[in-house]
Amino acid sequence: MIRIEDIKKQFGDQEVLKGISTVFEKGKTNLIIGKSGAGKTVMLKILVGLIQPTSGIVWYGDTNFSALNTKQRKAIRTEMGMLFQGSALFDSMSVEENVRFPLDMFTNLTKKEKEIKVDKTLERVELTGSNNKYPSEVSGGMQKRVGIARAIILDPKYLFCDEPNSGLDPTTSMKIDELIRNITAENQITTVINTHDMNSVMEIGDNINLVHLGELAWVGTRHEVMTNKNELLQDFIFASPFLQRLRDAANLNKNA
Amino acid sequence: MFSRPEKLSMYWKETTRQMIDIGIGSLVIIGLVSVFIGAVTAIQFAYQLGSSSIPKYYIGYIVRDIMIIELAPTFTCLALAGKVGSNIAAELGGMRQKEQIDALEVMGVDTTAYLVLPKIIAALTVIPMLVVLSAFMGMAGGYTACTVGGLVSEAEFMQGLRAFFDPYNIWMMEIKAFVFAFLLTSISCYQGFFVTGGSIELGRASTSAVVISNILILLADYVLALILT
Ligand SMILES: Nc1ncnc2c1ncn2[C@@H]1O[C@H](COP(=O)(O)OP(=O)(O)O)[C@@H](O)[C@H]1O
Ligand SMILES: [Mg+2]
Repeated sequence: MIRIEDIKKQFGDQEVLKGISTVFEKGKTNLIIGKSGAGKTVMLKILVGLIQPTSGIVWYGDTNFSALNTKQRKAIRTEMGMLFQGSALFDSMSVEENVRFPLDMFTNLTKKEKEIKVDKTLERVELTGSNNKYPSEVSGGMQKRVGIARAIILDPKYLFCDEPNSGLDPTTSMKIDELIRNITAENQITTVINTHDMNSVMEIGDNINLVHLGELAWVGTRHEVMTNKNELLQDFIFASPFLQRLRDAANLNKNA
Repeated sequence: MFSRPEKLSMYWKETTRQMIDIGIGSLVIIGLVSVFIGAVTAIQFAYQLGSSSIPKYYIGYIVRDIMIIELAPTFTCLALAGKVGSNIAAELGGMRQKEQIDALEVMGVDTTAYLVLPKIIAALTVIPMLVVLSAFMGMAGGYTACTVGGLVSEAEFMQGLRAFFDPYNIWMMEIKAFVFAFLLTSISCYQGFFVTGGSIELGRASTSAVVISNILILLADYVLALILT
């Protein structure tokens, strides 16, 4: 479980986060949603310590992560995996080398053991047969899969995903969401996902945090999204005229 | 909970990759630059000698020493600042912008150490070797220019190459090579590592890496000349 307490972040005189407190639960896909520029990436990077909050505390279980020094943070970091918005694969390494990198860097496994682990993980993200290709030679969806494989190969307790389906077509997008949800449930990971994708919200929103103008505007589950009357939530979810018409049609049917 | 130490073997692997990158990747340009510098030095010195009473074999001697003391280390490193320096800045800057450095950081890798140290170690090993190569190529260039152009006989040029040899000059060459190599890699790493923004900033960082390296190499050359001679 990760808990954040009154997190504030200011860049110059721009207040990006204005005191956010919430909980990200274990074994669930916890979502941070909000419009572009709402501060989702900043919030995720504060969670993993890539950005220092102006004030506030990030708790990993009972550990005050914000009070740790670099060395102490490393201990928690070996339990983290992160999928970046652009996948952030290492260009000079093949798919296999990218996925194996954390093993090479941090474990004493033999070559054979690593091979087995890499193959198993690539299979888990449904990506076999591309081992020797380079990141620039595979599609965006495949890059995300490689990124997920690299993030989960050390069996992390915490998984962070920054817009896992940005730049993907709807079908691929759904598959990536499904993959993250299943891995989260199977391994009982605390997963935090940034997204502004409607589909993701409805499909994998176990615990949804809507961020608006630097504040937490709504918290709930995907089951509550349709019926909740929160205006900011409704504005966000039904942003497109198409979805508004669907909603209105559904309401007409209900009332008839 | 325990912190897993990073594997030294990964640092070594990255260092060898950088060595190959810098070394093999720079052979052609360094060879070419050096041959021509040696040739031009020889021709110009022959012209200045004219019909003076200074013996002709001095051409070989001058080409050798000017290559060793000044031109091999300085020209090699100025050329490498353009090639290796801009490469390093662009590579690290690209990694920064594509969040690859963040990715390493989140894994628990010491990013400054892992990304910078192998480059500096590789440069400190490979560049002094390239400078030696440059000195030899320069002398070969001078030899070819003189003999083909009939400025001095082969025997005379060889006599000059062997005359008044002072091993201290080799030290001077290698000290310069070390200092310049350190300057150009650390400056380029710094420029790349702290890039922000987009492709315009990346280009600017790459250019700054080259310009600042060049200026500091020339400054250091001046200071070293004062100290070492
Ligand atoms: N390093 C930074 N320096 C200054 N401003 C930043 C920085 N990172 C993010 N911001 C600003 O914070 C706001 C939120 O950005 P971000 O978290 O990336 O939004 P999103 O919700 O789309 O992920 C934006 O207005 C952005 O300009
Ligand atoms: Mg973002």
